[in-house]
Amino acid sequence: MSAALIQQLVDGLAALMLLTSFALLAQHRMLSVLNWFATQGLLLAVTAAVVAYGTDNSELYISAVMTFLLKGLLLPWLLWRVIRQLHVHREVEPLMNTSLTMLVALGVTVFSFHIIEPIERISQLMTRDSMAIATACVLLGMLMMITRRKAITQVVGFLAVENSLFFAAIGSTNGMPLVVEIGIAFDVLVAALIFGLFFFQIRDTFDSLEVDAMNAHLIHRDDDE
Amino acid sequence: MTMFLATLLSPLIGGLLLGVIDHPRLAARINVATGIFTFTFSLLLAMQVLDVQSLDAMGGWFHLDAYNVFLVVLTTFVGMTTTIFSGPYMRHELEAGRVDSLRLRLYHSMFQLFQLGMLLGFTSNNIGVLWISLELATLATVLLVSLYRTPASIAAAWKYFILCGMGIALALFGTVLVYFTSSSVLGHGNAALTWTLLHAHAAELDPAVMSIAFCFLMVGYGTKVGLVPMHAWLPDAHGEGPTPVSAVLSGLLLNLALYALVRCKMLVDDATGTDMAGHMMMGFGLLSLAVAALSLHKQRDIKRMFSFSSIEHMGLMTFAFGIGTTLSSFAALLHMTVHSLVKSGLFFTVGHASQAMGTQKMSEIRGLIRHHPGIGWGLLIGTVAIAGFPPFGVFTSEFLLFIASLESYPWTTLPLLAGLLVAMAGLFRFVQPMVYGEPSEQAIDVHVNMLPVYVHFALALALGLAIPAFLAGWYEQAAALIVPLAPAGGGA
Repeated sequence: MSAALIQQLVDGLAALMLLTSFALLAQHRMLSVLNWFATQGLLLAVTAAVVAYGTDNSELYISAVMTFLLKGLLLPWLLWRVIRQLHVHREVEPLMNTSLTMLVALGVTVFSFHIIEPIERISQLMTRDSMAIATACVLLGMLMMITRRKAITQVVGFLAVENSLFFAAIGSTNGMPLVVEIGIAFDVLVAALIFGLFFFQIRDTFDSLEVDAMNAHLIHRDDDE
Repeated sequence: MTMFLATLLSPLIGGLLLGVIDHPRLAARINVATGIFTFTFSLLLAMQVLDVQSLDAMGGWFHLDAYNVFLVVLTTFVGMTTTIFSGPYMRHELEAGRVDSLRLRLYHSMFQLFQLGMLLGFTSNNIGVLWISLELATLATVLLVSLYRTPASIAAAWKYFILCGMGIALALFGTVLVYFTSSSVLGHGNAALTWTLLHAHAAELDPAVMSIAFCFLMVGYGTKVGLVPMHAWLPDAHGEGPTPVSAVLSGLLLNLALYALVRCKMLVDDATGTDMAGHMMMGFGLLSLAVAALSLHKQRDIKRMFSFSSIEHMGLMTFAFGIGTTLSSFAALLHMTVHSLVKSGLFFTVGHASQAMGTQKMSEIRGLIRHHPGIGWGLLIGTVAIAGFPPFGVFTSEFLLFIASLESYPWTTLPLLAGLLVAMAGLFRFVQPMVYGEPSEQAIDVHVNMLPVYVHFALALALGLAIPAFLAGWYEQAAALIVPLAPAGGGA
């Protein structure tokens, strides 16, 4: 495959990444949120594999496989099991209305292209265009965290940010060193397990997975904030 | 090298061992023994490093110099005294039914893993691994904050987890950006994240990318330092967790985050040749000082009150590192040391006080000096020390900071002074009635171990009276490391 083709492939994958980020923001149902999250994980693995092929970097194949297993399969499956056990696979409601969220998301994306512009100018890498999209995805994941009320969708937002960071690493730098990537993957896995543990604690303690119910407890104790 | 391995292995083995020991009393003893071993090893390690100036271990994966080795010793020392304090404290919590033996096991094990994460973070020579270690230490403490499983503690732990997770994700993004520019200088691979190499080649890194990277690193690690406005997690996490955890969060974990931030600042300074990074740190530092000093006055919970004092002091240190002269860096390092000592000592005292009174509400804690003279005096002395009265070390470091700010940015001295005064008023407003007020009747007898507290305060006092020559030399070396080289230098 020629370098130009790889370049176009990565750009196409970056566009798809952005699409999944928007889709995650717009979903109402818990199950479709998880489906899009799994799709994002798979896209990441494909991107890693394509960049690995294009740059002939064998370490990146390992992270592609790792990503596929962890982010494409394991984490969505874990979350799916949790929502099944907690019987919460019904609707989720965003805090703001969907069209407004989408407009804000659009603004965030334009803003990301603006701040990354000086970096793109100097980059020699074949994948430089994906940096702005990765930044946009990071910010969109954060937007998802602040517009959602349920603990589980917040966590999906958190993991989506993590995904975008990984995308930034492969898309713009052709992958971080393997040791660092394994360490980060390990941290994400441990974090996800702790999150899972928390869901049950939160449900048992507050009878719901609404974040507001928790915050009420803190604000009630000390009205200083 | 051997000492280095021993320092890291000791908490690892201790943590794993404590995970399987079910006997609370035995576990507490092993915890103390692990703390003592780790401290001894780190002390021997520090003496080695002091001889050779800087040391690379394990094929360059770890790097020890004057800046981090003293933080390693500080970490293991406070870790050790915390294990001594936590023995009777956690026994009381067990008897009061706030934890069961399973959760006590989790507590001991996670405490040592937290120590391991701290030590890995301080000694790592790879900014990626530094990030991973900080995340490891955070994950360990999340479980510790929710240890009591009360609604408030779970909510606090969740807030801590989400906010710090987010912050630290931004720091990772900053690290990716650093790698983005460094991989074009140092080639693809671990070298491009190795701090010593990055520092040596900092002038070749792209200034534009490094500036953007520092914005992300500043907000990311700044969240973990507890800088305003990213501080919302800190008072809750400190207030709801067990007291030994509050002590190490305040005394140690915040230090690691600030350490990481300063390491990054050193790279950005050399890369950009401007004061951009320093100015950002000064801004965040002053803002934290102001907001924390005012928020102090509104608190009702004793641990939350002292956690705002931690934000205030982290703000001071960030400000001091931001000024970036040798003197201000010296002051910041000294402040880091005495703040860790005094603040963890204060949290020990507060823990005993709230156990003796059965509450953390300041309005219900009264007349400590009458029925628990040890605790009362501890609280009083600790507050005097943390408020920055002479002859304690906090006074020395704050005084040096004043001089440094007068030399470089005279206008900042006024807000600095105002912030410190407001904070001091806030502290005494609450502490005075708790210590001297009419004794309340709900006081119960608790097993009190004030020895670690007094050792901490005595050390802070000694540092205020006279800094030992070797320690001063150490700070000077570290400060010289931190201060940016002349731009366009290139080689370190």
